[in-house]
Amino acid sequence: MVGGGHAGLCAAITAREAGARVLLLEKGERAMRAGNTRHTRNLRVAHPHPVDVLAGEYSSDEFLQDLLKVTGGNTNLSLAAITVEDSFELYQWLRARGVHFQKPLSGTLNLSRTNAFFLGGGCALANSLYTHAEDIGVDIRYQADVERLLWQDNVVVAVGLSSGEVIPVGAVVAAAGGFQANLDWLAESWGDAARNFLVRGTPLNTGDLLSDLLDEGCEAQGDPSQFHAVAIDARAPAFDGGIVSRLDCVPFGIVVNKLGERFYDEGEDFWPKRYAIWGRLVAAQPEQIAYAIVDAQARGCFMPSLFPPIQAQTLPELAEQLDLPADALVATVEAFNRATRERTFNPDELDDCATEGLAINKSHWARPLRAPPYAAYPLRPGITFTYLGVRVNERGQVLKNGVVCANVFAAGEIMAGNVLGEGYCAGTGMTIGGVFGRIAGAHASAWVGDERR
Amino acid sequence: MNGAETIDLLRLDGDALEEGERVMQICNACRYCEGFCPVFPAMTQQAQFGERELSYLAHLCHNCTACYHACQYKPPHDFAVNVPRALTRLRAESFADLVWPGFMRASFARNGTLTALIVTVVMLVLVSASFYLQGADTLFAVHREPGAFYQIIGHGLMVVLSGGCLLFGLTGVVISGLRFRQQLGHGAHTGGRWYALRRALAAAARLDHLGGGHDDGCNTADERFSNARRYAHHGVMWGFALCFAATLTASFYELVLGRLSPFPYLSLPVVLGTTGGVGILVGGAGLLVLRRRFAEGVREDKGSMDLAFTLLLMVISATGLALLALRESVAMGSLLVVHLALVLSFFVLLPYSKAPHGLYRLLALYTFYRTSESGVAPTPRS
Repeated sequence: MVGGGHAGLCAAITAREAGARVLLLEKGERAMRAGNTRHTRNLRVAHPHPVDVLAGEYSSDEFLQDLLKVTGGNTNLSLAAITVEDSFELYQWLRARGVHFQKPLSGTLNLSRTNAFFLGGGCALANSLYTHAEDIGVDIRYQADVERLLWQDNVVVAVGLSSGEVIPVGAVVAAAGGFQANLDWLAESWGDAARNFLVRGTPLNTGDLLSDLLDEGCEAQGDPSQFHAVAIDARAPAFDGGIVSRLDCVPFGIVVNKLGERFYDEGEDFWPKRYAIWGRLVAAQPEQIAYAIVDAQARGCFMPSLFPPIQAQTLPELAEQLDLPADALVATVEAFNRATRERTFNPDELDDCATEGLAINKSHWARPLRAPPYAAYPLRPGITFTYLGVRVNERGQVLKNGVVCANVFAAGEIMAGNVLGEGYCAGTGMTIGGVFGRIAGAHASAWVGDERR
Repeated sequence: MNGAETIDLLRLDGDALEEGERVMQICNACRYCEGFCPVFPAMTQQAQFGERELSYLAHLCHNCTACYHACQYKPPHDFAVNVPRALTRLRAESFADLVWPGFMRASFARNGTLTALIVTVVMLVLVSASFYLQGADTLFAVHREPGAFYQIIGHGLMVVLSGGCLLFGLTGVVISGLRFRQQLGHGAHTGGRWYALRRALAAAARLDHLGGGHDDGCNTADERFSNARRYAHHGVMWGFALCFAATLTASFYELVLGRLSPFPYLSLPVVLGTTGGVGILVGGAGLLVLRRRFAEGVREDKGSMDLAFTLLLMVISATGLALLALRESVAMGSLLVVHLALVLSFFVLLPYSKAPHGLYRLLALYTFYRTSESGVAPTPRS
């Protein structure tokens, strides 16, 4: 297994439990193991009725519809169907192997029906899976950086580490993540804009194995410019900032770009359903920067940010602090305020506080901004993971020139683009990783078992 | 938190309060650990992280260290978040801040030394006094009749010494408790008094917060969960309670029923005391063993407070059990004097040892259940 994140661990444990000899190669040191999994916090689970931490009911059909909606149909339907159908079994499988779940406490009301939260977050999930893997005899090596696979026709015979070491293998599962930490590769699609991207997760996901697979002729799936990106605080670290830099204030104010102009409907839908589009929105703005602005009314309506807001008593002062054209900002806010209507504000509902008559209206939660102090949060695109990956079939096998590579599998970010052509909804990444990790592990061990016989 | 001042998120050399605020600010934006224990839900309710809030959170923490192993921001991440270490440091400072009288602050920095000193002094005083008052012949004779113990130390004297030392110790502890309560202040009450008291006592009795939130236990050496530390602590805690119950029943027998110790082996006071003593020894041994196994990132650095406390309790238990076993021999007298000296030392040291931790944690838990009925603040959506 190349990659010791959620997908790689699920694959390793599945294969080992089926009787195979399993070696898990993790690029990071032990303290940084599990890559992006460290920053995750839930997975999306279809379930027919309330069970454990999952409230209500979330049918596979509804889950599939949600996927189709956020991707706009840009998805491999059969793989998407597998993802949703296997999600509940994955949840139970993880629980049985020591992963603890909890009901979400901090106000994520909408998500308790659809998502199962990890008690302690992704690090705790990874810890439980690593512990289980160790207990059942998976060999684990840290700081083992696989840079290439060695092939004989369409069969992989060994993996080559960057140290020069070559390890013969019976099968390989590529679960080494996307290439989001590789700004050079991102710049191939985004140009200089990529230099302004922040990488939310591990700096280790430079896409080396993906690149090697594609160079060897494995079929690609997905658009190199596509990714799951979120608008995060521009002051976040360049890498590995994780969840603490996400901002939830957008629905409660307005967002302007460097020119002081609004560019999208801030109140289009509930934040958990919309947060995922704002990364790309900001990426498309001049210099990939935007500013979410709220006034004193919005105080307390959203989770505290790690970084304090930039505050001012008047809009011109705020503009000066943000280096925005003051006239434009004032004009934008005045036009926005004029377009709001006296209605009933209710953040728990898609309320009727909509603006009217603007080129870009705000559909819900629109209130005039006029109570100082004004607070602004600078936003930049934070890339979670990239969508260009290797194409896989229903057994998780990669393809080369139309031919199935019988002993080469992919799971996790490195193939998530098969299901997520574009767009995102919370928790889907972990579901894809776990479902295809288990699939890859099962088929890889079956292959090795057959080969031995 | 109010945006007026920016704390340096990457500054790692702050004092305990600065580091506590830094860490809590990061945690408050993350909250993945909210299911482990009340510290994180309580954190979400604080408008700022000053000394008052940080003391509260520090005593709410039971040092299970689950939040260290689950933290994606722990070293080597640049944020270098280590919640158990930050809260342990704050807790240690809090013991010193709350102690009465104030000039005893230093007792926590050199707790092992202080304990050894007090024990030595009390031992010397008691041993010399008993030799002087009773003489070696009485001390080393066999005494089997009812009231045998009082041949060594007069009943009245025993009561005055024990009662006096206990009163002294309890006064210090109670005053510290009151100071902590005052510091905690009044939050917005959502839970009733009795509800909060019941929940706090239940959490303490079950040691819920050494359960990791999922009841599979806490972390000690690594990411694996285990209830070992919880059970060891149960041994000491309930062992102590049983010994206390033994003392109460013995007093009842003597004062109300007019029966004099030593009591029969199967009598209530003896059974309670023996079980209690064994519990303390077994549990204490467990705690001592486990204490050395903490993961490197969270190894105890609050000094010798817990070690001194555990050892003293264990030695009291050992001498008490020895006294029971040898009460009909020539060793009874000396063992009694030694055991009594240790008990008196323990009483005198109560406010200057780890003992108040039970009260501080109970008060913190009570405050938690009083100010957050469901255990969590209704925080906005995320």
